[in-house]
Amino acid sequence: MPALSWREYLDEKMLPHLWCPGCGNGIALGALTRALAELQLPRNKVVVVTGIGCWGKADDYLATSALHGTHGRALAFATGVKAARPELTVIVLMGDGDGATIGGNHLIHAARRNIDLTAVVLNNQNYGMTGGQVSATTPVDAVTSTTRYGNPERDFDLCRLVDAAGANYVARGTVYHVPQLDRLIRDGITKKGFSFIEVISPCPTHFGRRNKLGSAVEMMKALKTRAVNVNSPAAKTGELPAGAFLIGKLADRDDPDFTARYAAVQQKAQAKGGFSS
Amino acid sequence: MNIANRSKDKNESTVDRGSKETRRLFLQGNEAIAEGAIAAGARFYAGYPITPSSEIAEACAEKLPAVGGVYIQMEDELGSIAAVIGASLTGVKAFTATSGPGFSLMQENLGVAILGEVPCVVVNVQRSGPSTGLATRPAQADVMQARWGRHGDQHLIVLSPATVQECFDLTVTAFNLAERFRAPVILLADEIVAHMRENVTLPDPAQIKIVNRKKPACPPEEYLPFKPDPDGVPPLADYGSEYIFHVTSSMHGERGYSQNDPANAGAKIKRLFTKLDNHLDEILLVKHHYNPADELDLLIVTFGCTTRPARAAALRTPNLKAGVLQLVTLWPFPDAFIAEAAQKARAVLVPELNLGQVIREVQRVVGKEKPVFGLHKSNGLGFLPAEISARIEEVANQCLR
Repeated sequence: MPALSWREYLDEKMLPHLWCPGCGNGIALGALTRALAELQLPRNKVVVVTGIGCWGKADDYLATSALHGTHGRALAFATGVKAARPELTVIVLMGDGDGATIGGNHLIHAARRNIDLTAVVLNNQNYGMTGGQVSATTPVDAVTSTTRYGNPERDFDLCRLVDAAGANYVARGTVYHVPQLDRLIRDGITKKGFSFIEVISPCPTHFGRRNKLGSAVEMMKALKTRAVNVNSPAAKTGELPAGAFLIGKLADRDDPDFTARYAAVQQKAQAKGGFSS
Repeated sequence: MNIANRSKDKNESTVDRGSKETRRLFLQGNEAIAEGAIAAGARFYAGYPITPSSEIAEACAEKLPAVGGVYIQMEDELGSIAAVIGASLTGVKAFTATSGPGFSLMQENLGVAILGEVPCVVVNVQRSGPSTGLATRPAQADVMQARWGRHGDQHLIVLSPATVQECFDLTVTAFNLAERFRAPVILLADEIVAHMRENVTLPDPAQIKIVNRKKPACPPEEYLPFKPDPDGVPPLADYGSEYIFHVTSSMHGERGYSQNDPANAGAKIKRLFTKLDNHLDEILLVKHHYNPADELDLLIVTFGCTTRPARAAALRTPNLKAGVLQLVTLWPFPDAFIAEAAQKARAVLVPELNLGQVIREVQRVVGKEKPVFGLHKSNGLGFLPAEISARIEEVANQCLR
């Protein structure tokens, strides 16, 4: 069979996409299609599950199978797909509102369960689709359409949260560091167990404008200056400058995943003969 | 529609109860539901514990892995129904069970199953509400929620068992209807029937009628997951098969991609109704606990746990001919059966463990031609036959003597 190019994972009939100029979603979608192409995954063996939000529209542009569910529940829909058919590659695309705010409970439980899903959470620090409201990843004091006087709440460090909850693979990338993002998504897909990739991405339309962060280009440049590679000497000192964040693989382990553990449950049940009634 | 053909009681099992593979068991309603699901081919259960439905989860946790299926306890009911929908789209028959509070949480994603046309079964073992309510006393107050609990225009099938045998039989029926119509089906049980124990017959699996969803026959590149066949039901492929397809909670075209065109949206929403309403002969089930040819003084319309005390009361009415019509299908509402039965009766009585839900529908069907009386109770207790007898006496004094 001829090799599949990244373009074949895209449904080009659906383009152009609906995302704003300067949004990072298109870059992240490109990274996902390149990761799929590098792994040469058959399109019919990939199910992309999305929720509601700007990034949750990504399935409209993909030529894999897809399930576009409700706000916050993408991981739960995906859990059903994967638990029923462990041989499928299930990729879950959620924004910070979808994946970490309304859907935060499913996130920690998917990580605890260590179910073999790959979650790509696009973090643009606010609710872009509904007009730029505060989310659980909006930094404290930041201005949004619902925090006009500054955000009184602190933000989640999603990678630490998911790491603590037990995911096998935790990584953070940005839409500026594209070759690294391709690799992080690729490795997340191949990793057994729950894989979590946080993608830091600008929302110049809402978050950037309200917080006077400059143009889309300036917001991109800020990603370059603020991101610190986890393997760099600066990261090893443990002291990061204000506003800096780590990128790269932040957790990488090989605990048994849910489907492997459940296969053992099925074996035990079958050995016992099952029906007790 | 041919009423005469439809008025036979369809839920009577036609299996040979003397077959070697037939099992006679002393089961609880909830256990019978789990047995019925597995017999119907269910191999996936996602749920969250809640009384009075938890025995269904417990039975599935034990039995599903033994038959190669999956039980997963989710973090909440929103996730439970979501996982059921995801699993069903891989081609596995999937279900969940819950009670009032959890059923409320499932409503949004039940809408996904309706719009996305995903076959699945949701068991709601009703308990007394509102909110946490009288945990966990019986009630029948979720009849309207089952039909109207979600936002938007939508339609679905609701069945209600009155005995432990019906818990088994109707769970099989629920899966068959879900697969037939590519739609969610609610099994609306109640605490009394779910926790009651009685002898049931589990038929030889080879004799149970099993319906499986229609699969596409076209080449994969031509598959449109929401293009209906002439019967209004589109074939459904499995995730992971050679068919690649999208399912979405957003309004969509035949290809399954989001689409905002009003003409398409209007036609789609209408089809969600007609694919059920054009096949009522396959969906509507009632049981006449009297000879339907008889003229009655009083027609008693029941469902679920009110059926037995009503039957007992009907037998005890001196000088009055009363008959019980048990609604097995609650939604779509069995208008024609009620109209036909009411025509042969002088008055109608609707006892129900709520302050007036099914009676509104019965009044709508019967109109002003015949008096319709209610007997309503919402205090966490079931009906005693004597309570129904007393109400029959009142009704008789008012208009039958």
